[in-house]
Amino acid sequence: MKTVLDFLDRQAETRPDAALFCDEFESLTVNAVKERADRAGSALLRRGAQREAVLVFMRRSGAMIAAFFGVWRADCFYVPVDAEMGETRIRSIIERVRPRFAIVDETADPLLFTCGFSGEAIEAGEAFSAPVDADALAAARRKTTDADPAYLVFTSGSTGAPKGVVGIHRAVRDYAKQITDALQVDETDVFGMQAPLYVDACLKEILSALKCGSRVVIVPKRLFMTPVPLVEFLNAHGITALCWVVPALTLISALRTFDEVVPKFLKTVAFGSEVMPPKQLKLWREHVPARYLNLYGPTECTGMTCCYEVDRDFSDGERIPIGRAFDNAEVFLIDENGNRADEGEIYIRGTSVTGGYYRDPERTKLAFVQNPLNPDYPETVYRTGDLARYNAYGELEFLGRRDDQIKHMGHRIELGELESAAKAIEGVTAACAVFDRERSVLGLIYTGALEKAEVLSALRNRLPEYLLPKRTVRVERIPLTENGKTDRKAACGLLYR
Amino acid sequence: MEQLLDILRELHPETDFEKETSLIDDGILASFDIVMLITRIEEEFDVVIPAKEIVPNNFNSAKALYALIKKIGEQDD
Repeated sequence: MKTVLDFLDRQAETRPDAALFCDEFESLTVNAVKERADRAGSALLRRGAQREAVLVFMRRSGAMIAAFFGVWRADCFYVPVDAEMGETRIRSIIERVRPRFAIVDETADPLLFTCGFSGEAIEAGEAFSAPVDADALAAARRKTTDADPAYLVFTSGSTGAPKGVVGIHRAVRDYAKQITDALQVDETDVFGMQAPLYVDACLKEILSALKCGSRVVIVPKRLFMTPVPLVEFLNAHGITALCWVVPALTLISALRTFDEVVPKFLKTVAFGSEVMPPKQLKLWREHVPARYLNLYGPTECTGMTCCYEVDRDFSDGERIPIGRAFDNAEVFLIDENGNRADEGEIYIRGTSVTGGYYRDPERTKLAFVQNPLNPDYPETVYRTGDLARYNAYGELEFLGRRDDQIKHMGHRIELGELESAAKAIEGVTAACAVFDRERSVLGLIYTGALEKAEVLSALRNRLPEYLLPKRTVRVERIPLTENGKTDRKAACGLLYR
Repeated sequence: MEQLLDILRELHPETDFEKETSLIDDGILASFDIVMLITRIEEEFDVVIPAKEIVPNNFNSAKALYALIKKIGEQDD
């Protein structure tokens, strides 16, 4: 087996009519997904695509997932884009990738073109009805190796420019095994998918569908504002498994939803992306009997790397561990002197380490490094920048970051990206982004002639929603440390002035 | 009402909350904003907003939200 699409072919033989991906508009069976992938792949090949990045700019839907597979069928790799990523992010992706082809629906217009795309946009409807060219598909499949890229997913970068992580087919294939072993799902399971399709988080559901035949129901984003209708949706669709970011789960528990309605069919609740408050986990476990899994892993290592199955109670202030590495990965901690330690920076090695950052050798070199414990032959490992230690049970506990990266609303954010965007606005002279961990508030302190409302309007057009500050304060000057650097701690204090 | 508008403007100073009537439907309030918003309202107005009241109709405008807070406040008294 080379890529996870072989799983799709296998399912097409045994259960062609099973519903695989469902959204508000349609429900796609295994056969429908396979057919769309073959047709879209043929459409790309006929246009001369060859092992290159293909933008997929569509509404979050089953059709978008089928388009990803179509890109794979053409021996190419997909770059997912969604209108909600904001103009600045989309523009910088297009500049970095300069794609020749994009598969689009109506949500791409006009943003795709105002952001500098100059290639050929293929309407998804047209791609999905293109004639299948079996010979071209077979030749493309023959050329693919499992060391080839599968996708580029862009994450926040500290200097403002996002980084395109190169996902590799064999890592995706390995992840399909590791994640489904952890989730323990099969064809009777139904996922309620919360993740956007432009982050690697959606691989958990997509791979479970491909490998195990689980059905994936895409939960409309607007429901993540109204907890009672959200839970009613889960019950109406018989959802048995969730892989959600922490804020999506706490939206339900913190707003006392369980007083009104309780999810009835859940068997597996996996969470990650940020630290789960023990109080919220306790509420969930009291009301919803299920397996609870805390997942940890960076995009740079193809999704999740560690898993802890909750097997005991946690009191406030206790850390819920991130557990142990998946079977085919090793996680080790390196201290300040470069030695293996019981507390230190998390390094990850194994098949899951991605191919680095696309067209970005400088930043790749800093994070994808020679294994410091192996002087004997080339072995690239990923240094996460995350700090951890082992607890008394021998489980890993996440302690925090070495730098200014934060996790907010389920997304990874570099404070530098918000700062750069703010500084680029005319009328803003200096800016400092801060994160108040206690209240979980992303804030912006700035100097300049522009009013708060104008700064926010400008940012709104440029940045994804989750990067927008929740408090913005104009000041006379940005506080500096004795060394003349921005004093984030003092700046944070100005947020509530 | 002014107190509520202050809370909302803190989150989104760029929005005219006196005029806007589709805060949820048009996605002006971000997903997960709602937890922070409700926590602030409960602190400021000393009310508890039941989960079943957290629906678009009650949160699409500052006016509707204020009416909800008043209704809950009266029930509590």
